[in-house]
Amino acid sequence: MADITTSQDTAPRSVNATTEAVRQSLARRNRKQIVLQGFGIAAIGFAVLMLGILITSIVSSGYHAFTQTHVEVEVYIDPEEVPVDRLPRGGFDDLLETAMGQYFPDADMSDRAARRAISSILSNGAQFELRDRIVADPSIIGTTITLNVPVSDPYDQLNKGLVDRDTLERNRRVDDAAIARFDRLDELGLISKPLNTGLVTNADSRFPELAGLKGALVGSFWALLTCFVISFPLGIGAAIYLEEFAPRNRVSDFIEVNINNLAAVPSVVFGLLALAVFINWFGLPRSAPFVGGLTLALMTMPTIIIATRAALKAVPPSIREAALGVGASKHQVVFGHVLPLAMPGILTGTIIGLAQALGETAPLLLIGMNAFITSAPSGPFDSATALPTQIFIWADSPERGFVSRTSAAILVLLAFLITMNAIAIFLRNRFERRW
Amino acid sequence: MTGFAFLILIIAAIAGYVLNRQAATAIRNGGARMHSLSFFHGMFALLVVAVPVLVLLLVWLVLQGAVIDRLTMAGLPEGTLEGLDTGAVQLILAEIKSISGGRVFGTPEEWKIAAAERHVWLHQAAAILMVITVLVLSAVLILFSRRTVAAGFRARHGVERIVSGLMIFCSLVAIFTTVGIIAALVFETAKFFSMVSISEFLFGLNWEPQIPIREDQIAAEGAFGAVPVFLGTIVIASVALLVAVPTGLLTAIYLNEFAPKRFRTVVKPILEILAGVPTVVYGFFAILVVAPALRSFGQSVGLDVAPNTALAAGGVMGIMLIPFISSFADDALSAVPQSLRDGALALGATRAETMLNVLFPAAIPGIVGGVLLAVSRAIGETMIVVMAAGLIARMTINPLDSVTAVTVQIVTLLIGDTAFDNPKTLAAFALGMVLFLVTLVINVFALRIVRKYREIYD
Repeated sequence: MADITTSQDTAPRSVNATTEAVRQSLARRNRKQIVLQGFGIAAIGFAVLMLGILITSIVSSGYHAFTQTHVEVEVYIDPEEVPVDRLPRGGFDDLLETAMGQYFPDADMSDRAARRAISSILSNGAQFELRDRIVADPSIIGTTITLNVPVSDPYDQLNKGLVDRDTLERNRRVDDAAIARFDRLDELGLISKPLNTGLVTNADSRFPELAGLKGALVGSFWALLTCFVISFPLGIGAAIYLEEFAPRNRVSDFIEVNINNLAAVPSVVFGLLALAVFINWFGLPRSAPFVGGLTLALMTMPTIIIATRAALKAVPPSIREAALGVGASKHQVVFGHVLPLAMPGILTGTIIGLAQALGETAPLLLIGMNAFITSAPSGPFDSATALPTQIFIWADSPERGFVSRTSAAILVLLAFLITMNAIAIFLRNRFERRW
Repeated sequence: MTGFAFLILIIAAIAGYVLNRQAATAIRNGGARMHSLSFFHGMFALLVVAVPVLVLLLVWLVLQGAVIDRLTMAGLPEGTLEGLDTGAVQLILAEIKSISGGRVFGTPEEWKIAAAERHVWLHQAAAILMVITVLVLSAVLILFSRRTVAAGFRARHGVERIVSGLMIFCSLVAIFTTVGIIAALVFETAKFFSMVSISEFLFGLNWEPQIPIREDQIAAEGAFGAVPVFLGTIVIASVALLVAVPTGLLTAIYLNEFAPKRFRTVVKPILEILAGVPTVVYGFFAILVVAPALRSFGQSVGLDVAPNTALAAGGVMGIMLIPFISSFADDALSAVPQSLRDGALALGATRAETMLNVLFPAAIPGIVGGVLLAVSRAIGETMIVVMAAGLIARMTINPLDSVTAVTVQIVTLLIGDTAFDNPKTLAAFALGMVLFLVTLVINVFALRIVRKYREIYD
């Protein structure tokens, strides 16, 4: 546009020349617009692509952990090895070694190393399962029972095709002899790959094939319950006061600034607060889901307050005026009319806040919810882990089998988050009123 | 016993409600004009009983454990704890507790068994005392509230006053939290600075908190110079912002001005998913996919990329921040008055020119606010860096190298050993203090910009 005015100053041009100049610059300007749009689409494409890679990589490594290779072994329970009067002690591992030996008639079972190599196919948990079955029913001593137990991690990887048989033997975690043994069991039809129920029914373990999420799920449940019980009433109370009752003065301004800032304080700082105040000063137990829930409640409260205030604001003044008009007090208006109408919005905000709390990791690490605990907690004051901290522990573990376990745990966590958000969206769509 | 105490509380509150309501109804049926509805007389009793008893119970439960532990340790024979540091004392306490819980390992000394028995006895006594106290207090409060019922008694005002008080308390929790954070950080940091000088911490170039073995080595070696740690955070946060700011802004520009409506309805939820993924998942993504990919790419072009390069942690953090920045920028662009847009278009500007020359400059304050909040998120982000960044502090700004970050150090220093009397643990609080102050300043500044800007156009 600028060149039109300058050209008029120098010499009068024909109309055609001006049109031509405009047309040319227009083409250039349109090209610029297309370039900008291209950049925009590229940026969105990048974000979507990254989300795609993230989900694909986690699903592709995680789905392996939803099945678990099992082996079926016939075990003769030798009364010599397991005398009734010494239960629950006994030579359970020897029983298993002998039992495995029957499938390898060529092996020299007097050689310790050979026996060890053969029984290494079984998970370390096999002897405990055998022990538990015998203790539960000592009359099976002297008979032969069928045991269906997980195989140990390297063989599990082999069966799932995660160990490449074509690589050099010294670069593989399973040597040729081990592969041969495994294939023999497979030919005998003893190998199966059922759904891995242990993933949710077992607690944590050092052995990937035995490790499960039960402890983490129960721990997260208690932590979230504590978080909800504390942050929901406190958040709603604070929001109602600030939105409906508080006089506009410095104190309420200060509280408001405070809440907005708390929402942006790094989560690890809340962990420091919990460690110093709850654990060191108040002497509450470490690693307890209750302390975790308390910390998460402080972090969730600003979210709930902000959501509740928005929901209260959305209730039209006519409702309040009508109620006031028929003689209700301010409290009766708020608790009898405004709050029930705002409830769907409040619940939506609360569920979204709880979903955030469920994925929060850093503060839980600082209060020690990353401990190695092999049983599920029986209450909110027992030591426990939570889902995200369990993911962190497994991600740190060197065994190969934990890579897929970690991804599977992430998928479980994401499933919970998606469910919670879906409930929130459902509530919003089903009950929210537009005025 | 705790459950029993809560049961008493609930029953007492309901009993108070029923008693007062019936009494009030009886007076009304007798023909008197009541100031308040019977319901409020009942509610008054309920609140008068429930609130003090609940407060008593909670305070009791919070303090009980610590008080009993202290009584147990005070009851030990003279001189058993002499010359022991806090760690050893806590170990003894833990052993006594596990004995009293029935888990005995080996053969503990006589005095430990005695202490364990005392511990069990104290717990039982405390539980019984708690129930008795709750019972007595409930009974007293029920009687008190029952005596208030009268035609002229303003029960509704009483109820409303109590409810208002409760709501004010709820609002104050936010302030208590801030005070708690500041108190915790200030106390522990002060302890730290009594061991290591402030200038050493803020300007020292050597960070080796795990090294000190003898106590006199700590200050002498200057192992608590936090500059390399701060530098690491700056490097990682810069990488993150280099990824997130351009991508986020372009995303917002396209979605705000050019995207067809249906495209918007598809892309917005996808961005929300990206924002909702927990950070521990991003951290695992960084070590599972991004870091190996960067490393093999580096090898193919002849660059030496560290296995836990700042590029991986920063890049993944950048991906996490994209939706954060784009939503702030989108809001800021939408807040620009329609008249500005119409004016530019009417003058013959293309939509790209309208966006770049009119809308974007007008939205700059809001966008800057959003970017600042993203900076504070990047500095305070923990899980991605804990999992994907290094542990050793190096003075380098090369993003291909492994660097550490403030949050990484806080977490690694506090995992495991947490005796509150050595500089290693306390250093984490000093770092936390710096983190809190820096993010606080950025947040206050950013929130002020965002708010001010909204007011201008509203």
